[in-house]
Amino acid sequence: MSFLDIFKKKTVSSSNIAKGRLQLALASDRAGCSPEIMEKIKNDIINVISKYIEIDVAGLDIKIQQTEGENGEGLVPVLFANIPVKEIRRG
Amino acid sequence: MGEVIVVTSGKGGVGKTTTTANVGTGLAKLDKKVVLIDTDIGLRNLDVVMGLENRIVYNLVDVIEGNCRIKQALIKDKRYNNLYLLPSAQTRDKTAVTPDEMKQLCDQLRDDFDYVIMDCPAGIEQGFRNAIAGADRALVVTTPEVSAVRDADRIVGLLEANEMKKTQLIVNRLRMDMVARGDMMSSQDVVDILAIDLIGIVPDDENIVVSTNNGEPLVGGDSLAGQAYMNICKRIAGEEVPFLDLSARKGFFGRLFGRKK
Repeated sequence: MSFLDIFKKKTVSSSNIAKGRLQLALASDRAGCSPEIMEKIKNDIINVISKYIEIDVAGLDIKIQQTEGENGEGLVPVLFANIPVKEIRRG
Repeated sequence: MGEVIVVTSGKGGVGKTTTTANVGTGLAKLDKKVVLIDTDIGLRNLDVVMGLENRIVYNLVDVIEGNCRIKQALIKDKRYNNLYLLPSAQTRDKTAVTPDEMKQLCDQLRDDFDYVIMDCPAGIEQGFRNAIAGADRALVVTTPEVSAVRDADRIVGLLEANEMKKTQLIVNRLRMDMVARGDMMSSQDVVDILAIDLIGIVPDDENIVVSTNNGEPLVGGDSLAGQAYMNICKRIAGEEVPFLDLSARKGFFGRLFGRKK
């Protein structure tokens, strides 16, 4: 993190925080994806991927968020998954 | 034939009743014939905001159950003789009325009035379904707060599912000083999030509290909220009115640093 990043972080206004949080919450509300369903999806993903590689279960994060669509259709919901892979031991 | 409009929000306390009272009174000021219906059965309050609480004889449930004719239950406003209120029942609950019955009532009233405006209860249960059943247009009221906006989004979804023909947003209680320093979402932020048409921005205004104390809607007066409500009425009636420049009242420093976008 550079000096500028620290500076930037401090200037995020509470209204922008509110907007960001709302956009996330509404994306999952609109997709009809309750926290319970997200938890099930998360567990299924862990089971599937763990068959092949070792992943950091505690660091796994999935959420529905909105991003700009590729064909200019405005904001579209995407399922975002961040799945850290555990360090690969050699030999 | 008149238009039936429901004022709704999901969350309570964001200004549905105040909006209903002011929009109704404002349309009456524009020489439209208007009837306001309080559909919040069991929690009656549009009558006190309008200052008509002492004149109630019959109520909405009496009309639905046939205990009286519609005309007997309508209370004429104190100041405008083309404005009427159909009050809610205080001692019954939401199940006393069905969506079909409300729709029939609205269809009867639209023959005699230019606008039928319904104050919807908070929540998404039967009271909400009753209120939206006969409506052609919904005004969704929200404040620029996360809880109110989230509930408004849910309401917009439910209105879509119920095939509401027109859904428009009112951002209420906006504080430009807080928006300017980044501590409150702007009306544009709320529009970005909800993605529906904006029909009004009402600034937070102490005069609203005073007018509610007095039971006299302030629409059309000199106050900022009074002007904002009158603009909403004109837009409802089909006139194109630019949004108030609320930032004009900012001090020197506010102007110096401008509105960050």
